[in-house]
Amino acid sequence: MELYNGPLDVKEIFGRWLDEEAESNYGAYIPFVGTIRAEGGIEALSFDIYEPVLKSWFDGWQRKAEARGAIVKMAHSIGDVPVHTSSYISAVFSPKRRVALELIDEFVEDFKANAPIWKYDVIGGSRIYAEDRSTPMDGAGLLK
Amino acid sequence: MIKVEFLGPIGKAPVEMEAKTLADVSAKLKEDETIAPWLSKCAVAVNDTMVKELDFVLKSGDRVSILPPVCGG
Repeated sequence: MELYNGPLDVKEIFGRWLDEEAESNYGAYIPFVGTIRAEGGIEALSFDIYEPVLKSWFDGWQRKAEARGAIVKMAHSIGDVPVHTSSYISAVFSPKRRVALELIDEFVEDFKANAPIWKYDVIGGSRIYAEDRSTPMDGAGLLK
Repeated sequence: MIKVEFLGPIGKAPVEMEAKTLADVSAKLKEDETIAPWLSKCAVAVNDTMVKELDFVLKSGDRVSILPPVCGG
C-alpha cells in the first residue's frame, strides 16, 4: 500500500509493480485507475486518510487474495488532486485471469465502501465534504 | 479516562471522558449537539480496530475513533 501527497504518477507505479512481479509467475495482471473527472465546477478533489485503519483494511484484503493465490496492490493520494489526474490505482496479480477479474471487482467495490478515506470537492479554493457521494462504513450507527 | 477522536469532515478536536463501555461513550456524545447528528452514520474503532459491539469494554488510555461516511478513489 502506497500513499502520496497529491496526484499519482500512474505510469511509474504500474511499471514498477509490473517489474516487482516480473518473475513471480503470475499469468494475469489487472490494473484499475481512478481519474478525477471535471464535473460540478470542481478544480480538484481532496482526500483525508486515516492510515492505521486503512492499513488494517488493506492487510485483510491481502490475506483474502493470498488465500486465492493472488496479491493486491494499491496507491492513493492525500490532499488535493486536480481534475484529469489520478488519486487511486490498484491492481491484482494472479496465476490465472478469472481470480484476478473477480478480485479486482470485489476489492475496488469494498474499497469504496470501507476504506477510511474522506473526499472533498475543491471549488473556488474551498474544500467541501462530498457527503452525498459518501457511504457509511460497515457497522455505522453503533453509537446512535 | 479514554480519548475520543473525530475523523475526516467532522472537524472537532478530540475529547477525553470517563467511560466503561462504548454505550457510555454513546450516551455522552449524544449530549453534544454538534456530534449527535453524525452518530447514526458513523462507524467506530477502538485503538485502530473496527468494533461493532456497544457493550465493548474500554480501559483507561483507550482511543476511540469516530469514522464518518467514506468515499475513496
